[in-house]
Amino acid sequence: MKPAPFEYAAPPTLDEALAILSENDPDEVKILAGGQSLMPLLNMRLARPELLLDLTRIDELGGISARNGGLSIGALATKRDVEDSALVRERNPLFMESTIMIGHPQIRNRGTVGGSMVQADPAAEYPAVAVALGAELVARGPGGERVIEADDFFITYLTTSLEPGEILTEVRIPDLAAGTGWSIQELARRHGDFAIVGAVAMLRLESGICVDLRVVIFGASDRARRHSEAEALLAGERPSAALFDAAGRAVGQSLEDPTDDVHASAEYRRDLARVLCVRTLTEAVERAEGSGG
Amino acid sequence: MSKRHVTTTIDGEGREFLCEDWQTLLDVLRDVLMKTGTKEGCGTGDCGACSVLLDGRLVCSCLMLAAEAEGRVIETVEGMAEGDRLHPLQQHFLQEAALQCGICTPGFLVAARALLAQNPDPSEREVRFWLAGNLCRCTGYDKIVRAVLAAAAEMRGAEA
Ligand SMILES: Cc1cc2nc3c(=O)[nH]c(=O)nc-3n(C[C@H](O)[C@H](O)[C@H](O)COP(=O)(O)OP(=O)(O)OC[C@H]3O[C@@H](n4cnc5c(N)ncnc54)[C@H](O)[C@@H]3O)c2cc1C
Ligand code: FES
Ligand code: FES
Repeated sequence: MKPAPFEYAAPPTLDEALAILSENDPDEVKILAGGQSLMPLLNMRLARPELLLDLTRIDELGGISARNGGLSIGALATKRDVEDSALVRERNPLFMESTIMIGHPQIRNRGTVGGSMVQADPAAEYPAVAVALGAELVARGPGGERVIEADDFFITYLTTSLEPGEILTEVRIPDLAAGTGWSIQELARRHGDFAIVGAVAMLRLESGICVDLRVVIFGASDRARRHSEAEALLAGERPSAALFDAAGRAVGQSLEDPTDDVHASAEYRRDLARVLCVRTLTEAVERAEGSGG
Repeated sequence: MSKRHVTTTIDGEGREFLCEDWQTLLDVLRDVLMKTGTKEGCGTGDCGACSVLLDGRLVCSCLMLAAEAEGRVIETVEGMAEGDRLHPLQQHFLQEAALQCGICTPGFLVAARALLAQNPDPSEREVRFWLAGNLCRCTGYDKIVRAVLAAAAEMRGAEA
């Protein structure tokens, strides 16, 4: 387990990092954040860059702060920083809950929020929560700054719309609207493993009627996706077990090209997506009712 | 290519070393500094045998470059005993027979130490969740969990 030789640079500012990216062949440079996905690939020699550009010395890319209507999370903030953040705990319990589902203490202590977004693992929790919440991803590149909607950021397996030469600098997570009920659940072999399938549900109750629905399934196909057909079944209706079942069936049926691998067959994933959709909707409604909405 | 010069603190001592840019901290600990207490199980973050503390935070030394250690404080299993006096965690691992082959033990000790530093009175559940990043193929974990709880109780007693 030894990486193939590369050179290493750890500039202290974003401008210097961008300059290094623009001076080198983008195919030969790999950006290093927490290393919790990239280092295994280097150790197994599945990645063989010429130059490793370490962002972890760039202070301006860390930190978690409040911005109008949401949280601004520096791309280099670690999952541990999120876990320890009273601000996140208070403002976005869904984002907090998803954080604790990721890996083990060792992994969360180093792995960054931005790294999970750029890695775009289809079974990862953060991209799913980013899609459900309508997060914005901020990138800096030679052409300046760009703000990308989560739904446009995640393309497919391990692929985002980030251009070579761009650095993800910030993730903007909108607050949960007052009265929002939410749930994130997954089936994994053990706590901390990547999900075989997972689901996120969000909704509000207005006079007992479901509004602002979000149903997102992850781990089941090439990326985390919203399921608008299931959302439409519930929108404007009173929540009921029969409707949750219908929404679950709609999710199962509409799942495109489910993953089929050693962990689970495509059919099993389809059924899991159905079950987790029902469970997360049920829990989200309980939370919405509990919040007096 | 010339070697990189890195200045760190390891187990309480200022240490300088030369390394290649692509060497992991684990490889430098074991092959350059001959501190072989820290083990390699997988090299992919799955087993926790290589666990060390980086500025007080538990990390996998196989998933970190030695170059990243510049200016940082590293603590390994080798800094836990004081001379011949074992750390309470080490003592209880022996007493509870919380090891067989022993390759996972340094990682568990360092991980457990990190837990007790932030939570001196963990529940069994908290111990199990915290140690989920450390794999043991021999013991079945029960004895490890018991050893950690016993050490925690002893350390609380010593404080009181
Ligand atoms: C044992 C183990 C268990 C795990 N379990 C889970 C889990 O359950 N759920 C989960 O979601 N993840 C899990 N992970 C992955 C972990 O969350 C990683 O930390 C994460 O996927 C990547 O973040 P990182 O900061 O470590 O990024 P790195 O590994 O440093 O980088 C990942 C990729 O993103 C690119 N990149 C990183 N930051 C930027 C940036 N700011 N701008 C541009 N490009 C960037 C890198 O070039 C690289 O291609 C696990 C990892 C391990 C080793
Ligand atoms: S050797 Fe580092 S986690 Fe297994
Ligand atoms: S004692 Fe052998 S792996 Fe744990």
